[in-house]
Formats: sequence, C-alpha cells, structure tokens
Amino acid sequence: MAIDKSMNVLIVDDYKTMLRIIRNLLKQIEFSNVEEASDGAEALSKLRTGNFGLVISDWNMAPMTGLQLLQEVRADAKLKNVPFIMITAESKTENVVAAKQAGVSNYIVKPFNAETLKGKIEMVLGHA
Amino acid sequence: MVAEVVTAVLTTMSGDLSATETTLLGEVAALGRTIAAAKQEIAALRVDDIMDRDIPFATDELDAIVQHTAVATHAILESCEMLDQAATTVTGDLAATLQDAVTKIYEACSFQDITGQRITKVVTTLKAIEAKVSQIVTTFGVPAEPRETSAAAPAPEGLLNGPQLPSNAMDQSDIDKLLASFG
Repeated sequence: MAIDKSMNVLIVDDYKTMLRIIRNLLKQIEFSNVEEASDGAEALSKLRTGNFGLVISDWNMAPMTGLQLLQEVRADAKLKNVPFIMITAESKTENVVAAKQAGVSNYIVKPFNAETLKGKIEMVLGHA
Repeated sequence: MVAEVVTAVLTTMSGDLSATETTLLGEVAALGRTIAAAKQEIAALRVDDIMDRDIPFATDELDAIVQHTAVATHAILESCEMLDQAATTVTGDLAATLQDAVTKIYEACSFQDITGQRITKVVTTLKAIEAKVSQIVTTFGVPAEPRETSAAAPAPEGLLNGPQLPSNAMDQSDIDKLLASFG
C-alpha cells in the first residue's frame, strides 16, 4: 500500500535538537508537512485542532509525558486511531509494555538511524 | 560522652558488678568511643564544603556541558541543512553520497539528547548524595572543623582548572582587551 507522504505529521520532543533531527530525517524520506510540539500538552492541543496522520513522540517530557499523551490520544474518540510512534531512550521492558498497553503503534529506542525511522513509519502506516 | 559516663559508673560500682555486667559496660564504653571517633571523622570531611561548594560546582559544570554541546550541535545541524539543500542541486552518485553523509550527521547529532539525559541523571544522583550527607550531619550534629585549605580545590601541579563556566569566563574580546591594557 502506497503511503501518503503529504499527510500532516506531528513530532513531539522537549529537546529542540531532536525535533530538528527528526524533521530533517522526515524531509529526507519525503514527509514535508511536519509540525512540532515541545511537550504533551501542546501536542494534544494541536492534535485536537488539526488533522494529523501520524504522531512521533518522545516519552520524557514535562508536564505531560509521551505516555500520558498517548493515553489521552487513545481516549479521544476523534484521535484514537491516529498512528503513534514513541521514541525514547528508555528501553526497559516495563516501559515498552506500558506503551504497548496504552496503545502505541510502534516504539523506537534512541539512538536510532534514518533506516529504523523509515521502517517503523512504513510498518505503522502500512497497517493504519 | 557515653564513654565518660560508663567509665564513671565502672569506677564507682566495680565492686558491685558481675563479670558479665563489667564486660557489657566495657562494650558500651567502646561503642561510645567509636561514635565519638566517627563524629570527628565526619567533621574532618568538611561536609559543608561538599554541600556548599563541591556539589554545586559539579552540577554547574555538567549544566555547562549540556549548554555547550547544544550550541555546537545546532551549529552542526545548520551546516548540515545547507549541505542537504546543496545536495538537491546535483545529481547522480554525488547527490547520493552527499545525501548519505548528511543523513549520518543527522543521526549522529542525536548524541546531544542522549548525553543530556544521562547528565540529568548524574545531577539527580549528586543532589540525592547531597541530601543524604545533609541528613548525616543533622543526625550527628557535627560542627565543622576549622578550614585549613583555600576555598578553591587546587588543580594538579602544572594543570589549569579546565574551561570556566560561561558566567565566570572571559571571552576572546575580553582577553584581547586585557592584553591590550598591558600596552
């Protein structure tokens, strides 16, 4: 199934560097409509007012973490089916399990490469 | 204090105590001496220096590392974005080579996020140690021994103290002005 690369993608991270890196990597794989949010609360606000086809979020953020954002997204009737990829340095089993139980679509551990990001996006959007 | 009390008791009651009681009181006296020695050792550690100087110094240095790497990473990314743009103006193998190199730089730049998170963990640990040290001092009620050395930790002979924190450092223009002031 061909992936619609014109879709809006929301990337969420409290590190400006990571936002910039992910944006550039997405641009390289031809996703050009990318919006940014620096924490979960800002992301939720953008998601509720916008039309996004994919969320790529960090876990460690305050005041709303990536996991809490994921839970809010899955509890929202309008957003519950939006593919959600978690990117985090936390690779403990319990973290992955918690994200899976909350309904994460896929999980990327930092540091990651462009190939991993591309592969996960294709996997998630292919099943969306 | 405990040892003195026990010694006094032993002196006045030695005739009325059994061997076991004498041994027990002797043990209590030894325990008292151990506690007194521990208090002296803690005082000698200059725990107020650890809390007031060493730990804040270490956390400031770590914060400075995060700031410097963030600035450097953004500079690298900016140059990388220019190369990325330039790659679109060429074709063939050169375009692919440039694109591949740019991608690898983007990937490598994520080190700043990882190191930042690790340093944050170290800072949290240092603060936990600081809290524990403070708790020990409060529990023992140890007065600090008089300071014998200078406030700043000396650098090993022949070495400088390393880069200064931005708030304390002079930039190149400050250095130039200073040098110029010597005429």
